[in-house]
Amino acid sequence: MRTLKAKMLGFLLLWCAWLLLTSPWNEQEAVAGAIVAALIVILPWFPTSHLGDLRINPKAIVYMVAYALVFLKALVLSNLDVAFRVLHPRLPIAPGIVRVRTTLRTPLGRLLLANSITLTPGTITVEMRGEDVFVHWIKVASADPQGATEAIVSDFEKYLEVICG
Amino acid sequence: MTEIVGAFVSLVGALFFLLSAIGLLRMPDAFNRMQAGTKATTLGSILFLVGVGIMRPEYLGRLLLLVAFIVLTNPVSSNALARAAHGYRERLGARLEPDALAESDAAEGPRGEDHGD
Amino acid sequence: MADSIFVAATCVATLGLLLAGIRFAKGPWAIDRTVALDAMTIIVTSLIVAFAVFSGRRIYIDVGMVYGLVGFVGVVAMARYLEGGL
Repeated sequence: MRTLKAKMLGFLLLWCAWLLLTSPWNEQEAVAGAIVAALIVILPWFPTSHLGDLRINPKAIVYMVAYALVFLKALVLSNLDVAFRVLHPRLPIAPGIVRVRTTLRTPLGRLLLANSITLTPGTITVEMRGEDVFVHWIKVASADPQGATEAIVSDFEKYLEVICG
Repeated sequence: MTEIVGAFVSLVGALFFLLSAIGLLRMPDAFNRMQAGTKATTLGSILFLVGVGIMRPEYLGRLLLLVAFIVLTNPVSSNALARAAHGYRERLGARLEPDALAESDAAEGPRGEDHGD
Repeated sequence: MADSIFVAATCVATLGLLLAGIRFAKGPWAIDRTVALDAMTIIVTSLIVAFAVFSGRRIYIDVGMVYGLVGFVGVVAMARYLEGGL
């Protein structure tokens, strides 16, 4: 069941990529793309298994859309923040590496969390070991794991927990 | 009209490119340069490419695919670079207060990784 | 009007590329150069797309896409090498 779901999602991803690449659409292109995507996904060694972590139910889909919006907002805020720091004549930075904890279990959830942290205000994921995530923070606001977890990951975890906990 | 809007969105994206380049020049060590070089170029390229897509709607499909590639690959490459840079933090002269990763390494003992030249 | 704004956008992006190139030339460490290369790859990808608009040929967008992916693989390979894992 889980492999079937992963294969279906892999098929949809590949087919969407094909449709975007051939963008003035016609039926022949779409059918050819569907056949090629199906053939690729059927190959047993094609790595789709992590896609099975994604949950497909109405609540998860609503949270996916909400997550996209939260992420875009964080991306824009992060850019304004970096812009402020770069253009400020005295460079207001106090960099350090802090440890935060994640409650996400699945590889896909952790991948999304690490990438989201990297693209949000002043933080870059340096290393992940088990449930510890080490984050480079351009202006360390709190050095203890609890406070840093609140500030960096809680916003995203709320949504990722539902999408692919 | 849509052409002007698209060109203007591209111009805003290009300004973010310029900002990230200024950040690369001004920041004091490699970690902070990464902060400027990753985030600003990601938003800059999203805006630039979407602006081109608004100007020329016939290119929009491919440009959306290109934006998806950039948003997925750019954080991955800077995570890999940050991990590599941490092995050289003393030679880079990086000021890190606190450095939880080095503390964790020290607590677990050396891992037998020797970062030679 | 739209064309001149877009030309200005391209010029600003090129200026960003040159400034990132200064960091690429100055270094002082391989990591700094790789960070600059990472930023330059993305700016060049966008400039190739701008060239597709100027020349009116859509094939250059595919060129930009391939350039972006190859550049990503190059930066990750460089990071793995610096980490000592290649």
